[in-house]
Amino acid sequence: MKISYFPGCTLKTMAKNFEDSAIASLSFLGIEMVELPRWNCCGTVYSLTSDDLIHQVAPIRNFIRVKEARDTRVVALCSMCYHTLKRANKLVKEDKEKLDKLNNLMYREDVKYNGEVEVLHLLEILKNEVGFNQVSKKVKMPLKGLKVAPYYGCLLLRPPEVGFDDPESPTILKDFLESVGAEAIDYPYETECCGSYNTVVNVNLVVERAYDILSFAISQKAEAIVLSCPLCGFNLDNRQKEIKEKFPDFKSVPVFYFTQLLALSLGLDEKVCRFELNFIDPRPLLKSKHLIGGV
Amino acid sequence: MRTEISIQNLKSKFLDKVEELSEENIYTCYQCGKCSAGCPSISEMDISPCEIIRLVQLGQEKEVLDSKTIWICASCFTCVTRCPKGVDLAKVMEALRQITLRKNVDYVSPLSIPKEVLSQVPQIALVSCLRKFSA
Repeated sequence: MKISYFPGCTLKTMAKNFEDSAIASLSFLGIEMVELPRWNCCGTVYSLTSDDLIHQVAPIRNFIRVKEARDTRVVALCSMCYHTLKRANKLVKEDKEKLDKLNNLMYREDVKYNGEVEVLHLLEILKNEVGFNQVSKKVKMPLKGLKVAPYYGCLLLRPPEVGFDDPESPTILKDFLESVGAEAIDYPYETECCGSYNTVVNVNLVVERAYDILSFAISQKAEAIVLSCPLCGFNLDNRQKEIKEKFPDFKSVPVFYFTQLLALSLGLDEKVCRFELNFIDPRPLLKSKHLIGGV
Repeated sequence: MRTEISIQNLKSKFLDKVEELSEENIYTCYQCGKCSAGCPSISEMDISPCEIIRLVQLGQEKEVLDSKTIWICASCFTCVTRCPKGVDLAKVMEALRQITLRKNVDYVSPLSIPKEVLSQVPQIALVSCLRKFSA
């Protein structure tokens, strides 16, 4: 099976470990993720004001690219891309007038968008199309003994019309972790905001948020965090440097993209996981669990 | 803090503008406080989320637009998910930010971001920050 894939900005740079591990894993599971030709930025945040149509052009234009690729579905990995694409799509599917205005704004496009495209997140594909039980069957190296705290953040699940799981007590990452043989840790901050883009101008806010989230997970014996958003990834992983400066007793914890754990459990070459791009090096932990080679 | 409420404020265009931009009925809110109780960033705010909506109901334009709160809110949609009256407070907060930004007033000017920050943070953070904070 083939599916159109929308990468977004950060999966091509800082979160290349997310992209590479996803493409390799899905290919192993029989799904070819075909990158959309000429994709453009989704806008990162969904415009919440009623009259702001111009910022809906970017996400909607990507659906024209999907149509040109003769597909009706597009999969995103990044939670922010998923959220923005999904909501923009919902807006125009429910409001013909806005859709017409948007098509008129994009007068240089040959194809008109009429709401034909469906936006999916990779976790949905794993759950509903591959099936977690099928993932389990393909696992060559169960991540036995690895205690991982799922972190959903905001935009994957909220508001409820966007999400594909219970917004207050989701289970999809827990189900995923169990399918690859890891142990999911239960803690109360799995859907708490990490501070998002405040990381650019208000590092302290993000440090406080990330410290609360990570230290609670660690107190529940989590050895690692797993997530699906490169901005959460930056705030929970890279910001551990600033957390350590503010809270010297803080003990760092590796942060994975779910696809890195998937690739590892499927027995794929460790190179596709690109662990060198994780800020807190997860390799010592994985070595101690005999999940990667070397000592 | 002393807040003076006058009939002029209640009839101000500010309220209409907030309702127009957010497409939310501000008077739906009955002040249960659930939004404030669940807000993950409330410790950084000077006015709590439920107070913001009350002040909007009372037409307190200056107090609301001068608050730190509307810029601290990062649209995590926790309050939206929980509001028993279905008020989309994230849209109200966005409307309040937009009222300032549309006067061509930056909360964060792109040029004010230091070079070392620009090279440190991912694109996703920069784009979303400037989408939310710059005019």
